[in-house]
Amino acid sequence: MPSETATTTQAAYPSRLNAFVSGLWRIVRSIHLPLSDPFAMIGIIIYLVFFLVAVFANQIAPHDPTEILFTESYDLAADRLPGEDGFVLGTTSLGRDIFSQLVYGSQSALLIGLTAAAVVAVIGTIVGLISGYFGGVVDMMLMRLADIAFGIPFLPFVIVLAAFMEPSIWNVVFAMALILWRDTGRVVRSQVLSLRTRAYVEAARVSGSSNLKIVFRHIAPNILPLSFLYGSIAIGWAILTEASISFLGFGDPETISWGYMLQDAYASQALSTGAYYWFIPPGVCIVLVVVAGFFISRGYEEILFPKLKE
Amino acid sequence: MVGVTAPAIDGQDHRDEVVRAEGVAKHYQVGSNLIATLRGRSALVKAVDGVSFTLKRGESVGLLGESGCGKTTMGRLLLKLVPPTSGSILFEGRDTATIDGADLRAFRRSAQLIFQNPFEALNPRLTIRQSLAEPLENAGVPRAERLGLIEEALELVRSPSPAEILERYPHQMSGGQLQRIVMARALILQPTFVVADEPVSMLDVSVRAGILNVFRDVRERLGLTAIYISHDLALVRYVCERTIVMYLGRVVEDGPTEEVVHEPLHPYSKALVTAVPVPHPDQSHEALPIHGGAPDARNPPSGCRFRDRCPHAFERCAVEEPKPIQQGNRTVYCHLFDS
Repeated sequence: MPSETATTTQAAYPSRLNAFVSGLWRIVRSIHLPLSDPFAMIGIIIYLVFFLVAVFANQIAPHDPTEILFTESYDLAADRLPGEDGFVLGTTSLGRDIFSQLVYGSQSALLIGLTAAAVVAVIGTIVGLISGYFGGVVDMMLMRLADIAFGIPFLPFVIVLAAFMEPSIWNVVFAMALILWRDTGRVVRSQVLSLRTRAYVEAARVSGSSNLKIVFRHIAPNILPLSFLYGSIAIGWAILTEASISFLGFGDPETISWGYMLQDAYASQALSTGAYYWFIPPGVCIVLVVVAGFFISRGYEEILFPKLKE
Repeated sequence: MVGVTAPAIDGQDHRDEVVRAEGVAKHYQVGSNLIATLRGRSALVKAVDGVSFTLKRGESVGLLGESGCGKTTMGRLLLKLVPPTSGSILFEGRDTATIDGADLRAFRRSAQLIFQNPFEALNPRLTIRQSLAEPLENAGVPRAERLGLIEEALELVRSPSPAEILERYPHQMSGGQLQRIVMARALILQPTFVVADEPVSMLDVSVRAGILNVFRDVRERLGLTAIYISHDLALVRYVCERTIVMYLGRVVEDGPTEEVVHEPLHPYSKALVTAVPVPHPDQSHEALPIHGGAPDARNPPSGCRFRDRCPHAFERCAVEEPKPIQQGNRTVYCHLFDS
């Protein structure tokens, strides 16, 4: 008997795994990743590379990014050029390894980018769904809130927020959650307005489906690509904003980010001393991530609005 | 007060009534934004304006009229898909406006809609099985029993090879097949009342007859009370014993189909009957007795709405709305019959 139960659980396990995998695949498919578009593919690859670097930062980075390093003869290893004394990208004026900072910077970039994207996509999608589907007073109130959010300038708002709260990379995420849902919300709402008049939505209502079921089963799957598009745009925005905030000196001094590196380089007059190895790599990383988001959104554009292709 | 209450059928109790519409009206505001209102551009479209009738159990009634006369809106009103602006709709003696919660679920089980466009009525992302299971899920049918009911419903609508189509998606099927699925979905919970909104208008002529036969058979087998919405007199004649003719949001004539077809009373019904081509070379082609198109629903004529196209219109038609007049089995809304 025990052996029999063991085999049944074993038999049940792969089927449950299968169900999980196929469910995951369904979600991936419903997002409609623009895999056929070469630019979008490049964007996805860039994201993937940064993702892997961030995950394996401990293994990749040769040094602690905040550690002040010394040479074997106990000299401060400051302002080393790339390749000198084994520092891949050289060191800062304070003797910190630039390559390690770059690697760890991808961690905070990833953290901010992904959380901000998730927050923006989730809040915007929920607001858009509720607003578009239920309409009436709820719609009016949510859209007036969106109007207010549209009226607030983003960067100054983050600075003010940073002034009121402790400097932290989460300020950016929080500010994006407070403001940047507006774009996603508006676009999702307009899409829902058109979807909810489809005959199959009415058919679902006639067959006795609740509003919740109609929204999640018949409407939400159609707007998932839109949410994901705005999420991927938000990744770039979040990283750019964090970099701006850090560069302006409102960032978290404890966390290594690309913006922090730029600020450090700027404050140490790396530009006038010509230490390109210091400020160009973080700049390039920021550009790459933002461009990757742009490429992916471009790929989505062709999926979502095929008529624009000409 | 525009609504006219249908005359109670004397001596009969109302227990065999499934649906009773009393002075039902549905008005839509068009151009209701602030600027349009300030410029005086906002207007009221009276899609349905004071319609009354009753449906007895097992009756099959055709709702006939040209595009824009409010017949589809009337169907949606009967199913509580849109709330009426005024008037009331009673379903098995209960005002549908007061139905909610668990009662609404019960109402959704017993009142169903067959859609006009089968290509639109099924979610393209769901398989046929998922689409057919949805009403069962909502009705709380246990998972184990669903497949049996789905197969039963597909058999009922004579869908070919039901076992194969279950895992297909709507885009992999033809219009005729899809319309059978849509009907199966409407019938799967064994409703008592069905509204069919031009169920064959989107289909090829070659498959229409099959769908109509299924509709007729199923209706008889299940004893359904049905409303068949159409602009096609021939189709209504094929499936319905009784016909209600609508014009611009109002009922103009209501009576047994054969009588309406052979001896239409209202001038508009006459025009409709004349408009049907007769495939016989000897039959002289009578000219339509009316001219022009239906007037703007935002600004319908006063009194009788048909008067500006009616060859028999006289002064009274402009000032007074016609009341229902009983003529044998029929009710006609026309001053010509008011002796």
